[in-house]
Amino acid sequence: MSAKLLIHGGRVIDPSQDLDGVFDLLIEDGRVAKIDGKVQKPKDAETFDASGLVVSPGLIDIHVHLREPGQEYKETVRTGTMAAAAGGFTGVACMANTDPVNDSRSVTEHILLEARRHGYAHVYPVGAISKGLRGEELAEIGEMIRVGARAISDDGKPVMNAELMRRALLYAQHFGIRVIQHAEDLNLTGEGVMHEGEWSTKLGLPGIPGSSEDVMVARDLILTEDTAGRYHVAHLSTARSLDMVRRAKAQGIDATCEVSPHHLILTDEEVAKRDFSTSTKMKPPLRSEKDRDALLNGLADRAAVDCIASDHAPHHADEKDVQFSLAPFGIVGLETTLSLCLDRLVRPGIVSLPRLIELLSTGPARVLGLPGGTLKEGSPADVTVFHPDEEVTLRAAAFRSKGKNTPFDGWKLHGHPVATFLEGRRITVA
Amino acid sequence: MMPETSTRWRRKDLLGIAELSPAEIELILDTAESFAEIGERPIKKVPTLRGKTVLNLFFEASTRTRSSFEIAEKRMSADNINFSTSGSALEKGETLIDTALNLQAMAPDLVVIRHGHPGVPHMLAQRIEAGVINAGDGAHEHPTQALLDAFTIRRHKKTLGGLKIAIIGDIEHSRVVRSNVHLLTRMGARVTLGGPRTLMPAGLEKMGVEAAYTLEDAIRGADVIMMLRIQLERQGRMSFPSVKEYFQLFGLTTERLKAAKEDVIIMHPGPMNRGVEIASEVADGPYSVILEQVTHGVSVRMAALYLLSGVQEETA
Amino acid sequence: MAKNLTPKTTILDAKQMARIVRRMAGEIVERHQGDLGAVLLAGIRTRGVPLAEKIAAEFERLEGVKVPVGILDITLYRDDLSTVGPQPQVKGTHLPGSIDDRVVILCDDVLYTGRTVRAALDELIDFGRPRAVQLAVLIDRGHRELPIQADFVGKKVPTSQGEIIEVSFLSTDETEQVRILERPGKASGKE
Repeated sequence: MSAKLLIHGGRVIDPSQDLDGVFDLLIEDGRVAKIDGKVQKPKDAETFDASGLVVSPGLIDIHVHLREPGQEYKETVRTGTMAAAAGGFTGVACMANTDPVNDSRSVTEHILLEARRHGYAHVYPVGAISKGLRGEELAEIGEMIRVGARAISDDGKPVMNAELMRRALLYAQHFGIRVIQHAEDLNLTGEGVMHEGEWSTKLGLPGIPGSSEDVMVARDLILTEDTAGRYHVAHLSTARSLDMVRRAKAQGIDATCEVSPHHLILTDEEVAKRDFSTSTKMKPPLRSEKDRDALLNGLADRAAVDCIASDHAPHHADEKDVQFSLAPFGIVGLETTLSLCLDRLVRPGIVSLPRLIELLSTGPARVLGLPGGTLKEGSPADVTVFHPDEEVTLRAAAFRSKGKNTPFDGWKLHGHPVATFLEGRRITVA
Repeated sequence: MMPETSTRWRRKDLLGIAELSPAEIELILDTAESFAEIGERPIKKVPTLRGKTVLNLFFEASTRTRSSFEIAEKRMSADNINFSTSGSALEKGETLIDTALNLQAMAPDLVVIRHGHPGVPHMLAQRIEAGVINAGDGAHEHPTQALLDAFTIRRHKKTLGGLKIAIIGDIEHSRVVRSNVHLLTRMGARVTLGGPRTLMPAGLEKMGVEAAYTLEDAIRGADVIMMLRIQLERQGRMSFPSVKEYFQLFGLTTERLKAAKEDVIIMHPGPMNRGVEIASEVADGPYSVILEQVTHGVSVRMAALYLLSGVQEETA
Repeated sequence: MAKNLTPKTTILDAKQMARIVRRMAGEIVERHQGDLGAVLLAGIRTRGVPLAEKIAAEFERLEGVKVPVGILDITLYRDDLSTVGPQPQVKGTHLPGSIDDRVVILCDDVLYTGRTVRAALDELIDFGRPRAVQLAVLIDRGHRELPIQADFVGKKVPTSQGEIIEVSFLSTDETEQVRILERPGKASGKE
């Protein structure tokens, strides 16, 4: 394997440099050496023909559940990062709701070790905010950061105790990291299993009101303002929450947010359309048309949505093969996100291709302070190459992820990943 | 005499009212009319389902609906097997799929199922060849109840279209409400749902009904009043302080009944909480058709069993 | 009524039907020695009913006696329900009073395989114990599959399997006649 790689003839889009055009990209020793119109191929360089394809900074999914340690029957670091690479991602941030919870340095280290051993994608562990995700006392955040965690979150669960959230926002500032909140008021959620609205009423299923998310976001934004902390709303799903985040940003509050592809494409009616299929059950739930439209409208706005993240949540088929009321929440996303976004966001003109790449690389990198999301000279050569509009049919059975739980199985979409490169090294997924 | 209709029943299952056309609803009601007479014969049996096996799967406790189905099945000469559990071992979903596979192996002709979770009859129907009748799935639907309610109303009012119908009670948790709303609005009735704000679910206007928050507003000028059982044993919802307060605000008494039409009929899916949602004098009074509903339940269920036991494709 | 069947012959017109019904009613009265007190006419849906009503009208004209008329819907007693496809319409049975110790005269428009009458007999037994059951049919077209015969026959019409006897009454069909129809592609067919 040569230390030089020339990716030539592709449309290079790098939002961090406002770059968009047909260029050659030369990689040397794992870093971006040059981007130019026609780069002379060095004698000992390998080549990759990217004609007709798009070349972008490696895509990063900052909301993924790798399930390791403890739930390896659902997914492992190995299969999860394979799925990431197959989906066009060079990096993933993984959540702490494992077993044991990632609230200590040893679990963080284990995850990093596994990731490095298999090498399919960079893994950026997100450590727990509270010990055991119990929401009572702070976890050893410093220790986890020291060995490589990049942010903290109790995701899977909200931090219900306002005082604990306030402390976390203060404490995190010692380490320059962001506090990610799964925004949900568990009391308002109650026994809810889908969005509370016209469709939960028709189906007779207990509902999760939008206010469950909004009430928490409102509270946290106030705390973020008071503490001058850094805050991120995970899987934001309502119009009102988006509006509050937008206004907070305008006031100079350091709040960011991510949106998941399924909230941009499906609505609560899907549960009825699919006859109670559990592939439509996740948290936050699929919301109303009004919410979906507000999210779509906010996508193009940099002052609103910062990034797209899949909330990849693999479950074993047996676990999802039960009645709606009992099924665990969550769907996979690593191997569906890029095609869905290209087909349903770029194709109909909701966002431009450069903006989508920003939402999937530059944006996530900025939110968590990760290296990546850029192809500036000298930066690590994490690169994603994809076809912008060739038709593909999503097939869950062919996913590298152990989880096949997706409502998008069989969807014919335009656009798909082609290759990923980690520091110049081509990643092949068996 | 019954009008000649070319509608035939072609569905494998009866899972809900939401998907039925007015013609299909009328077919069931008209068929039930023919079956009503059997209950007046000396020998209350017809041989139509002789040799057929009906499985009654009741995952939720139920005396009324279950025995109604059992009587209906026996009157059709079917063999029935009852499988009931009030939760315990078969509460967890893991066993539901296994249950379905085991059922398939027993090759029943029809399955009647009641379960506490919405969508369970649908899951079952997808996996077994037998026709599935939904006897109530959580708060979602209870189609045979709505059908027997409509049958009862039709007997008294000759038609469903144009009637003003009030349904009062715990609207949020009631499958009877949902099935009735689908059926009655589809057949041209005007439905008003009444109850405390804390028990009214979101998005009701989208179902084509009006909401009222006092009893008087709900029953004003009503042709039919349906009272629902108030279920305060459902904890965790913090919706209503006590049955005493409920009766004061929403209990149907003879005095309050005056707001309805003079020839109003009073209905209740049962079991009743006397003195909570309905006063005894009303339940036992001249306007009440509550006991008739039970009789009609058997006819309607016989009709459902009959229609679902046909083959879907013409083989002759 | 009949789809893609071709009419072959009209074997009875309204006048001839009326004469036959009159003759049948007379035969019944004669068989019962003028005593119709125990008789109950049970018309088998659909077209056995107008026949029963006409016979009852003749009884009234001839003897001044009003004989009760009932309606039997034998759908639920058919032996071929699992093969016909979606369930046929059930319109209901209505018998005037008890049939115990009565002479029930089943009336049907056409007697063919005998299975309809078998079903009617099974249904009657569920209602009680008649003193006797007799059968009156307007047309007997042969081809019995069960050991069943009619006591009172309007007209014997030999037919082939590919033919259909179509009986029409004013109350059910807006015309009064009996025709023979043919299925397409049968012996005499050109297609």
